[in-house]
Amino acid sequence: MNEATAIDLTDEAFLRELREQMLKFARLQLNDEQLAEDAVQEALIGALKNARSFARQAALKTWVFAILKNKIADVLRGKYRRNEVSDDDECNKSGNLDDELFNDGGHWNADERPVNWGAPQKMVYDEQFWKVMDACLNHLPANQARAFMMREFIELTTDEICESMEVTVSNLNVMLYRARLRLRECLENRWFAKT
Amino acid sequence: MMNCREATRLMSESQDRKLTLTENAELKFHNIICTGCRNFDRQMGSLRLFMKEFAQTPEAPDNSADKDDRPER
Repeated sequence: MNEATAIDLTDEAFLRELREQMLKFARLQLNDEQLAEDAVQEALIGALKNARSFARQAALKTWVFAILKNKIADVLRGKYRRNEVSDDDECNKSGNLDDELFNDGGHWNADERPVNWGAPQKMVYDEQFWKVMDACLNHLPANQARAFMMREFIELTTDEICESMEVTVSNLNVMLYRARLRLRECLENRWFAKT
Repeated sequence: MMNCREATRLMSESQDRKLTLTENAELKFHNIICTGCRNFDRQMGSLRLFMKEFAQTPEAPDNSADKDDRPER
């Protein structure tokens, strides 16, 4: 990875702004100032270790928020467990997309069949496209987003991701599959079907 | 013969590991007759490209930054 193009982490204004946005988000979700501060702190430290993989502030931000959402999910799960409320497994809860996409025989439903995206290389210079991409990434369930970004942004190996997320290889494969299904569906609906 | 759900699963996994010869052959066979999955396969490659570019291509310069070389008044 090229250090010369990496984001400038001494850009204090950017970091302060980022931290503020994270705090606002975490407070809303957790409803507890101290828990929110802790989650943000941990997420920032965890995420910025990999800051060198990013040259684009928007992408770094998406990554940092993916980590934060995961931290918040962990905290909430812990909270629920203490209150002995059953917690839905996020993987199961959000796994129904494949049922909408495929029919009973496992074939594409007619209106869900992937279309030809043409030459994707030319999208790379379109800032509007990156906004759509960002929105679609932010719509992924927290776990899927984190796994997928570890894979594609940070380029970690399967073993590394499994270790850090404490999941099996087949769990990870399912998470990545669902992330990709969702992301391509979102990009197709919001961008490629419109251009 | 594999269906689209199974084929897409394999195409996703092919981004993360090398498929076996049998898996590859079955997938090829499926994709010959399935346009949707053929498109899906190309899209997997595009997603990888997009993610890489999204992280690593600096924002297009806008008016606020990058005008530092403008002489001051």
